[in-house]
Amino acid sequence: MRTTSYLLRYWQLYALLLLPVSYFLIFRYGPMYGIQIAFKDFNFFQGIGGSEWIGLEAFKEVFAMKDFYLTLRNTLMLNFLDLLVSFPAPLFLAILLYEMKILWFKKLSQTILYIPHFISWIIIGGIVYQVFGTQSGMINNVITGLGFDAIPFLTSKNEWLITYLLVGVWQSAGWGTIIYLAALTGINKELFEAAGIDGAGRLKQIWHITLPGLRSTIVVLLIINLGHMITIGFDRPFVIGNLAVREYADVLSTFVYRVGIQSGQYTLATVVGLFQAVVGLIFVLGANYTSKKLTDEGIM
Amino acid sequence: MKAYTADRTFNAVNFIILLVATLACLAPFIHIFAVSLSSPGAITSGKVSLLPVELNFEAYSKVFSNAAMIRSLGFTIWLTLLTTTLCMLMTIAIGYPLSKKKLKGRKWIMLLVVITMFFSGGIIPEYILIKNLNFLDTIWALVLPGLINPFYLIILVSFFNNIPESLEESAEIDGSSHFRTLLSIMLPLSMPVIATLSLFYAVARWNGFQDTLMYITKPELYPLQLKLYQMIQNNMITDLLQNEGSQITTMVPEGLKAASVIFATVPILIVYPWLQRYFVSGVMLGAVKG
Repeated sequence: MRTTSYLLRYWQLYALLLLPVSYFLIFRYGPMYGIQIAFKDFNFFQGIGGSEWIGLEAFKEVFAMKDFYLTLRNTLMLNFLDLLVSFPAPLFLAILLYEMKILWFKKLSQTILYIPHFISWIIIGGIVYQVFGTQSGMINNVITGLGFDAIPFLTSKNEWLITYLLVGVWQSAGWGTIIYLAALTGINKELFEAAGIDGAGRLKQIWHITLPGLRSTIVVLLIINLGHMITIGFDRPFVIGNLAVREYADVLSTFVYRVGIQSGQYTLATVVGLFQAVVGLIFVLGANYTSKKLTDEGIM
Repeated sequence: MKAYTADRTFNAVNFIILLVATLACLAPFIHIFAVSLSSPGAITSGKVSLLPVELNFEAYSKVFSNAAMIRSLGFTIWLTLLTTTLCMLMTIAIGYPLSKKKLKGRKWIMLLVVITMFFSGGIIPEYILIKNLNFLDTIWALVLPGLINPFYLIILVSFFNNIPESLEESAEIDGSSHFRTLLSIMLPLSMPVIATLSLFYAVARWNGFQDTLMYITKPELYPLQLKLYQMIQNNMITDLLQNEGSQITTMVPEGLKAASVIFATVPILIVYPWLQRYFVSGVMLGAVKG
């Protein structure tokens, strides 16, 4: 009886859940079922279930590949350098914006600074070529115009690394300020007035009030970033990278694409993906644990 | 007096740094816009920086008279509208029940969702799934896999949770069904978050690239990003070859590439200012709730 009245009251909610739950089962859990091909000699004729088990054969093969270690190193290297360069930028910008007293200018520059976040990496790739190209790029036009040699920003690996990092800052710094600005709204303005009366200059106020107010946000964001060290997007290295700089630009995501989709070695590519997913999970859980310990604020 | 001067110096320095940052943000767009409006000769001789040289609309007339490009734009608009609509319907359909604390089984469904935030099958099993479902070279390969973003779902659920329960309860006492409560009370009150999440879904689909590269081979189904990629790819190779002293010339003129980039960017820039006031509040909500 109670069940009937419960169902009468709630059946509509369960009806709403039907399609979304099927979505999760098919499109999110379906691929998890497919992970088993990492342990199978997969081909499309026999299908996921029908292909032959080969145990850890494919893992041995992947761990013997030179390119696996190269792409793993590059993934960690690009992410680490990105963190070093791109992490402080939004913090710095957010403080500048927070201190900006001319409101129209603050609004205008926020509007403009957020734009790159909404531009696809393909378009950014096109822009990067036009700006950094060796032959007719804007920057090299200036450099050669001044009588110096053109700098191969896109085709020589060390210069490419700088390009890659600069583009990252350009794309993410503005958007990254939002979270800091949100945290800054929580600071009591009276603190600044009191500090001003006590004779603290603006820099001192930033150092003693603003930055401490952001401490927990900084720590949490830093830990989240460290948790994602082994995950790297596909578009950015794929579009900005090219054959000449493969030694630095080839990362796990592009490696999986090349081995799996382009060469059709599905089993090997799945092994690489699984390795990345498992290590990534360990990193994220570790990061969350650390964050809880340090700040009482979990990420989850 | 001294403190006053120090304050003014600080403001001036702050203004200058922000101004430079803002201009650095804009400069690449201005440059590419200038290139798209310059004559081919001026571009190859490297005269174009931030202003068009020998003003010329040829690149745009080529882009707009290119049937494949226009079709690609039309397809991308349709794809984005369809995806965004379905994504929002699905996200609301799961978000509303999940905001009901009394619903039995709610925790299990939440767990089902949260697990996918930390672990996924990966690119290759996804590709095999799409291929097995016969979705390769169909629009569904680009629409269905991303229907619900768990992070956006959580933002929506926390927004629903912040709506006072008394509102829903009084509607229920008046005999309103859950469907009606959702449509006439919850959704009208949630417009800011719905606008924000729609923007995020739409931008993700408009900009999405990897799935189009993997799932689409038919030219009729090329979204703009894939089309642009092919032009830019060609650019990179040319740059590489020229650098090594080969005499191969660019196959697609620079101006045309620049015009195409502008062509694909403008739709985003048109929508962007309208939605900006929503997304800032939406992101903050997500950030506060974590």
